[in-house]
Amino acid sequence: MNVEKIRGDFPILKRKVKGQQLVYLDNAATSQKPNQVIDAIHNYYRTYNANIHRGIHKLSEEATIAYEEAHEKVASLINASFPETIFTKGTSESLNMAAFILKDRISPGDEIVISQMEHHSNIVPWQIVAKEKKAKLKFLEVDKSGKLNPEKFSEVITKKTKVVSVVHMSNVLGVVNPIRQIADIAHENGAICITDAAQSVPQMSVDVKKLDVDMMAFSGHKMIGPTGTGVLYGKKELLEELPPFLTGGDMITEVSFEDAKWNKLPWKYEAGTPNIAGGIGLGAAVDYLKKIGMDNIENYEKKLSKKAAEILPTVEDLELHGSPDHKRSVFSFNLKGIHSHDVSSLLDDHGIAVRAGHHCAMPLMELLKLGSSVRASLYFYNTVEEIEKLAEALGKVRKVFA
Amino acid sequence: MSFELSEDMYREQIMDHFKNPRNHGELKNADVTHKESNPLCGDKMQMMLSIKDGKIQDLRFSGSGCAISQASASMLTEIVKGKSVNEIKEMTKEDIFEMVGIHLSVMRVKCAMLSLDTLKNAIKIHEKYGVK
Repeated sequence: MNVEKIRGDFPILKRKVKGQQLVYLDNAATSQKPNQVIDAIHNYYRTYNANIHRGIHKLSEEATIAYEEAHEKVASLINASFPETIFTKGTSESLNMAAFILKDRISPGDEIVISQMEHHSNIVPWQIVAKEKKAKLKFLEVDKSGKLNPEKFSEVITKKTKVVSVVHMSNVLGVVNPIRQIADIAHENGAICITDAAQSVPQMSVDVKKLDVDMMAFSGHKMIGPTGTGVLYGKKELLEELPPFLTGGDMITEVSFEDAKWNKLPWKYEAGTPNIAGGIGLGAAVDYLKKIGMDNIENYEKKLSKKAAEILPTVEDLELHGSPDHKRSVFSFNLKGIHSHDVSSLLDDHGIAVRAGHHCAMPLMELLKLGSSVRASLYFYNTVEEIEKLAEALGKVRKVFA
Repeated sequence: MSFELSEDMYREQIMDHFKNPRNHGELKNADVTHKESNPLCGDKMQMMLSIKDGKIQDLRFSGSGCAISQASASMLTEIVKGKSVNEIKEMTKEDIFEMVGIHLSVMRVKCAMLSLDTLKNAIKIHEKYGVK
């Protein structure tokens, strides 16, 4: 993997911030985009912009083919099939859709299981469903080292459980959860298993058959695709049984004054004119990732994360959250006595972009007794030099507060 | 090319108020106590006021958060002591910018505003529900 060549494909990485070379370490929020993705969107708008599945004309045909091909590309990335791959505007929408279409399977007294390290988008939809259906929301606990305890899975997931929804890779702790094991226990109890794979799909080979999840949500924009793109994977037989989410254009085959018939998958879940340019851009992103190879991306990320786990703790007064030995690409930390926003503001002077705050995981932050933290998150275009720059700049931040 | 450095936000005066906050802690026999937070940042702010004849007789703040939020609270308490509540109600963003005397980046404006918002809401609560 030639990182220098890869960096050449991402025009934004040449940018200067406050006179300094940009060091972009906020990839868990959104990734940067290569020319190939930007060009695909540009090309669509300049040469074949049209609505899909409607017009019987050349432009519509080209747009339809490109948009459908993008579904094929994403499906093959996660080892799913075309009808199982629904395009959404992001992981939040995917998880909300999952909760909405599953809610009528939940009755009073049933249980929904999530973990304590979920993003708000995998908490709030389930809180709403639990309240509406008078069901109980239960949590897989996070231990002191920032991991779930597999011995507790069978205690929490029971015959009363109807849905289990757990994050694959934490956006705060960088830990990867044993989703296959959770899915097996969920299935033994007759429950549906969902995973939030927003952080994992960009970083590693994720195979829905190996994980055996019933549904999986992730974002296109965190994997070098355009903003406003995401995916909900669902097993075909399940999606065929479930009710629609949004209704209207393109999701029906026949409408009379009294009734309507749903379109075939995945269109049943893509009502209205979709984000065609975004979908095509996401297809180009998948082409790019596949060309490099997800295994190469994962190996590089592991090496980079190992380096970061060595370098960051050398910064004086730096407290890393979660044990460093199982961290993957996401490093959450605080500098003793300095608020994360002050750290982030001062890092900005060095051209370094990190996230500061609660990372949309307030319950986890409360559990860790943190008001907020700084988060540096890596991607395959980052380098060891950039991590060294971060460490050096953090030393300078301390001096401002000394 | 010129650009505003964040480090300019952390000039001596701000760091002095952050490290040695004025009017910090609890106020015995306060007429009103009010807490607000900035959930996005995790900044927390409590204001305790004693109000007499429509004027802030005394006040204390406490809380946790970034240097900008805590220093601006400390500065604000110095400015408003003895002022009438009506004067405080008229205070704006611009007054806070003038008070802190530094350029605040767009994302940090709400940090500086937390103390004034908390103070104004404390006054509102006091007016609505009276003492304690």
